Amino acid sequence: MTYILVLEQILNGLQLGVMLFLMAAGLTLVFGVMGLINLAHGSLYMVGAFAAAAVAGWTGSFLLALIASLAAAAAAGALMELVVIRRLYRRDHLDQVLATFALILIFSEGTRWLFGSFPLFLDVPAYLSGPVSLPGGIEYPLYRLTIILIGLAIAAGLFLLIAKTRIGIQIRAGEADREMIAALGVDISKLYTLVFALGAALAGLAGALVGAIQSVQVGMGEPVLILAFVVIVIGGIGSIKGALAGALLVGLTDTLGGVFLPQLFALFMEPASAASAGASLASMLIYILMAAILLVRPSGLYGGSA
Amino acid sequence: MMTRESLLNWAMIAALLIVPLAAWSLDEPFIITLATKAAILALAGVGLNIALGLGGLISLGHAAFFGIGGYAMGILAAHAQNYEPLFNWPFLFEGSNQMPLIWLVAVVLSALAALVIGALSLRTSGVYFIMITLAFGQMLYYFAISWSAYGGEDGLSIWVRNEFPGLNTLDPIQFFAIAYVILCLALFFAARLAASPFGLALAAARQNEDRVEAVGLTPFKLRLAAFVISGAITGLAGALFADLNRFVSPTMLSWHTSGEIMIFVILGGVGRLYGPVAGAALYILLEHLLGGISDYWQIFLGVLLLLIVLFARGGLIGAIAGREKAHG
Repeated sequence: MTYILVLEQILNGLQLGVMLFLMAAGLTLVFGVMGLINLAHGSLYMVGAFAAAAVAGWTGSFLLALIASLAAAAAAGALMELVVIRRLYRRDHLDQVLATFALILIFSEGTRWLFGSFPLFLDVPAYLSGPVSLPGGIEYPLYRLTIILIGLAIAAGLFLLIAKTRIGIQIRAGEADREMIAALGVDISKLYTLVFALGAALAGLAGALVGAIQSVQVGMGEPVLILAFVVIVIGGIGSIKGALAGALLVGLTDTLGGVFLPQLFALFMEPASAASAGASLASMLIYILMAAILLVRPSGLYGGSA
Repeated sequence: MMTRESLLNWAMIAALLIVPLAAWSLDEPFIITLATKAAILALAGVGLNIALGLGGLISLGHAAFFGIGGYAMGILAAHAQNYEPLFNWPFLFEGSNQMPLIWLVAVVLSALAALVIGALSLRTSGVYFIMITLAFGQMLYYFAISWSAYGGEDGLSIWVRNEFPGLNTLDPIQFFAIAYVILCLALFFAARLAASPFGLALAAARQNEDRVEAVGLTPFKLRLAAFVISGAITGLAGALFADLNRFVSPTMLSWHTSGEIMIFVILGGVGRLYGPVAGAALYILLEHLLGGISDYWQIFLGVLLLLIVLFARGGLIGAIAGREKAHG
C-alpha cells in the first residue's frame, strides 16, 4: 500500500464529495428556505444526465451537453415548482414526501418511456480524457480532476452568491423569516421558484458530469439522493457550509472505506472472508458515521435547532 | 351505531374474503394469489400505520423490517432444505420450514432492528427523522447486496413453500386463509391498541407533545414502543410475502418498497384503521389492470398519488366515508 495509492483514493473521495455537494446544496437550500423535503431531487439529476447524453449525441459537443444539462434541469425544476411543489409549502412533511415520491414515479417511468430501459452513454471529450501528472508522481485521470475543480469552483461561487449578492441576502432572509421578507416587498414566490431552479440546475450538472463516468440510466439519481440525505443529516439541514463538510466527509469515508477496509481485514483474516466482510462493512460505513454523529450532535455538524 | 366508515370497513374485509372464495369455486388460482398478495401488503401497511397514522412518525425505512422478515424466512428455510445447520452452538439448529417458528423469528428480529433504528432516529424529529429512517433502510439494502452468503444481489430462492401444521400451504386458498386470518388479527390488535391507554397517549404525543410531557409521560418511550410494534408487524408481513413468492431479494429492502408500503396507507387514508386494506387492494387492482394496458403503469400511479395528496387528503376511505377519522 503506497502513498500514491492513498493519494489517488483521496482524490477519488474528493470527486465523489464535490458531486454529492452539488446534489446536497440544492436540497439543503430548498429545505432551509422553503421548509420542503424534496425526494424528486434525484429525478432532476437524472434529467440533467439524459439531456446531456441526448445533446452530446446530436451535436457531439460536451460543452453544449453540460449547458443543456443545466438548462433542462433548471427548466424541469421550475416547472415542477410551479405546478406541484408550491402547493406543498404549507403542507406537512408527509404530504411533501408522498407528492415528491409520486413525482419520482412520473419522472422515472416517463424517462423510461421516452428513452427506453437501456442505459445511454456519454463520452468524455478527447481534450479531457487521459491521465495527467500531478506533483508527487501521481497519474490521475484529467476528467476526474476537472470534476473536482468544477465542483470546488461552484462551491466557491455559491458561497459568494449567498454571502455577497442581493439574491443571497434574500435567500438568507427567507430562511430567517418568510413573512417578514414578504412584508418588505420581496416577491417571495418568484424567489422560491428561483431557488428551486438553481438547486435543480446544480443537480442536473452533477448528473451530466457523473454520467460521463458511469452510465446514464433511469433511477440513477436515487442512490445519489440518499447519499445526499446522509450528507445533509451529517452537515445540518439548511447549512451550505454543513453540506460541503458533510459531502467531503461522506465522499472520503465511502471511497477510502471501500478500498482500505478489505485490506485492513486481510491483516487478521483469510483473504476471501476478509474481502467479503470488508465489503459488507464498507457499504455500511457512511451510515455508521451518520449514526455516530447523530449520537453526539442530533442536528448535524452545522445545524441549529432542527 | 354503524357509521359509514365502519360499514365500509366491514364491506372491504368481506370483499377480500369473498373474491378469493369465488375465484376458488371458479378455479382461478391467479386471482387467489392476487388477493393473498393484497392481504399481505395490507398487513405491512397495518404495521406502518401504527407508526405513521397513530404515532405521526413518518418512517421512510419500513422496507428494512419487511426485508428482515423476508430474509428470516429465506435463511431459515434455505438451511432446512439444504440440511446445512445454521449454527452448532449453543445447540444444533438446522433452520426450519415451519411457519410459526419462522414468523416468531421474523417478528423478534424485526422488532430488535426497529428498537435500534428507532432509538437512534427518534432522537430527532421532522425532516431529519424521514431522512434517517430512509438512510438506515438503505444501509440494510446495501448490506444485503454485499452479503454473498445468502445470494447477494440475486436474492435467495426456496423450492417449496414452508409448512403450517394441519394445512397444505401449497394450495393457494389455504395459504390465503393463513394470510387473511393474520391480517384480521392484526387489524383487531391495531384497533385495540388505538383505543388502549397506550394508544391514546401516543395519539396525544402526536397532537401535543408538551402536554403529554406535562402529565408525566415520556413521548420518546411511547414512540419507540410504537415504532417497535410497527416494525414487528411489517416484519411478519415480510416473512409471509417472501413465502408467497418463495423468494427473497434485496429489492424487498429497497426504499421503493418503503415508499410503496406508505402508498398503501395513503391511498386508503392516513390514520384510518382499514386504510391499508383499501390501499393495498387498490394498488394490486391498479397494478393488475393498468399493468396489462401499459408497461409504464407507474406513471398513472404517480399521477393518482399526486392528485390524492394535493386534492383528496382523506384517501379512498375519506372520499367514500367523509372526513371523520377512525382515531385521531
